[in-house]
Amino acid sequence: MEAFTTHTGRVVPLRRSNVDTDQIIPAHWLKKVTRDGFEDGLFDAWRKDPEFVLNEPARQGATVLVAGADFGTGSSREHAVWALQNYGFKAVISPRFADIFRGNSLKNGLLTVMLPQETVERLWELTEADPTAEVTVDLVDRQVRAEGITADFDIDDNARWRLLEGLDDISLTLEHETDIAEYEARRPPYRPRTLPR
Amino acid sequence: MARTMAEKIWDDHVVRRAEGEPDLLFIDLHLLHEVTCPQAFDGLRKAGRRVRRTDLTIATEDHNTPTIDIDKPIADPVSRIQLETLRKNCAEFGVRLHPLGDIEQGVVHVIGPQLGLTQPGMTVVCGDSHTSTHGAFGALAFGIGTSQVEHVLATQTLPMSPFRTMAVTVEGELPPGVTAKDLILAVIARIGTGGGQGHVIEYRGPAIEKLSMEARMTVCNMSIEAGARAGMIAPDETTFAYLKDRPHAPKGADWDAAVAEWRTLRSDDATFDREVVIDASTLSPFVTWGTNPGQGAPLSGSVPDPAAFADPADRMAAEKALEYMGLTAGQPLREIAVDTVFLGSCTNGRIEDLRAAAAVLRGRSVADGVRMLVVPGSVRVALQAVEEGLDKVFTAAGAEWRHAGCSMCLGMNPDQLAPGERAASTSNRNFEGRQGKGGRTHLVSPQVAATTAVLGHLASPADLSEFPVTAGA
Ligand code: SF4
Repeated sequence: MEAFTTHTGRVVPLRRSNVDTDQIIPAHWLKKVTRDGFEDGLFDAWRKDPEFVLNEPARQGATVLVAGADFGTGSSREHAVWALQNYGFKAVISPRFADIFRGNSLKNGLLTVMLPQETVERLWELTEADPTAEVTVDLVDRQVRAEGITADFDIDDNARWRLLEGLDDISLTLEHETDIAEYEARRPPYRPRTLPR
Repeated sequence: MARTMAEKIWDDHVVRRAEGEPDLLFIDLHLLHEVTCPQAFDGLRKAGRRVRRTDLTIATEDHNTPTIDIDKPIADPVSRIQLETLRKNCAEFGVRLHPLGDIEQGVVHVIGPQLGLTQPGMTVVCGDSHTSTHGAFGALAFGIGTSQVEHVLATQTLPMSPFRTMAVTVEGELPPGVTAKDLILAVIARIGTGGGQGHVIEYRGPAIEKLSMEARMTVCNMSIEAGARAGMIAPDETTFAYLKDRPHAPKGADWDAAVAEWRTLRSDDATFDREVVIDASTLSPFVTWGTNPGQGAPLSGSVPDPAAFADPADRMAAEKALEYMGLTAGQPLREIAVDTVFLGSCTNGRIEDLRAAAAVLRGRSVADGVRMLVVPGSVRVALQAVEEGLDKVFTAAGAEWRHAGCSMCLGMNPDQLAPGERAASTSNRNFEGRQGKGGRTHLVSPQVAATTAVLGHLASPADLSEFPVTAGA
């Protein structure tokens, strides 16, 4: 996984709350069996509207998405994260994220930053007025910076460390193989099995 | 220290705990379906890893599968590739699979409980947000993403950060004709789609205890729609009676040992981080008018005026929803006419749901111009329905009786709404385009779905003359 330290880029201001994963990547896109090639499905339905913010020429190449509250609700599809990343987003800012989406993002190195609604509003105003305005998302200092805006954000130490290092969870867990084997040995014998013993 | 049920199950599954790190939890059951695992198997293959516990893993096909002509090749080549990929992966890694055409095939959250694989006190995961369904048994069950699917396949564990606990206590008794679906829709409207964020919800109280297992599954199923990580209900005699003699339930002395453990799971007199109390006796049939499951109201009400929402974000969401749904503020919900009625899904595709809908449709017909799809949640549910003659009731009424699968719950297989089409649906999500691009969804209970099919507009059995209204299921 690619490490995330700090990133500076232009913004797509998405003035919508409750952006569910069905909007981020609709179901008919989920049939692919790879992790790439989802960029054209990102916000598929909304992109049909030429006025949609992602279609504005000035937003091409933007890498930070600033959205309303409850981003990523609904289906657990990790394809939503892949679609955002395939499109080129490095970070998403919102007042609140759905849990599964946040977890999926962490696993793939997409940074999710929670900032209060009023900071999000200020970021919207700034970047709507000036599409070339850049925002810096700094994971080292846990801070978002833009012209006239400096906002600290919280992220738990462990998640931050894994993002900074770009660590793969499975290898980390397999270092504790003996703990797993010990637990397996003491599980209640009556727990069900899907295969005959 | 007094602990909640969720905390007890969590503690029982800690493989490793270290300061400043998420707990590593053991996973007792891992369910797979074709959509969220191909990239996970691919990851295993690339890293040269195997599936650690094939004996705790089971797969089925549900999202992409057609519900008619299942003996013919699948028309959509991309769907076909996804199903073929699952079959190939299961064969290669030794995972038990119930493919289309198998007697145990069905929606993943219907088959786990039906096989008796979902039991109290377990941790259950699936790359699917509605895994919360299994919490109805007093299991800690949650949806995961594909990277986590790969992690569980490789290690049978998951690093998990702690959750908060929420109690939703439902006092009193559900009035006749009011169902588990109405209850959970009302809960979501009350706490909001983000209200459960970071929490595991425990549903409790007299109205919950009286629910059947099917109805409890309907409630827990939609926990995710309130943003919760999981939903659960303490196991009791109803749970044990449902499980006894199921294919994978413990037998003999194991059964006694298991039940003894299950009885200890109930929450102590613990404090929850958040408590919500609902009086069941105030509830009535509930439907959604908007594009998220929190945008609902009693069927007797009308489409709300966005201007009436105090919070600007809610107001904006309501405006967008009304525009998408083609509704106007103040319109009585009962006057909304539908084109399609969908009965099925992991929320309401179980035998009790089919029985409830059949009770309404018996001797009646689906209104002209309305199409009704009845899709059992699993092949076993279908067989049971046939044995009871329910399929005949549906077809006599003019509904289509289909093969088991997710069907119109999501626009991924041939069963979809056309743009602008409006449906009353017993599924769990009314997101824009969820049932097909441009489709408009009203979430309803099976009883409301069946009555809506008969009358052609949103309605509950009480709107039918001569309908014997029975106690809520
Ligand atoms: S029935 Fe619907 S909600 Fe349930 S698993 Fe299938 S697609 Fe998901």
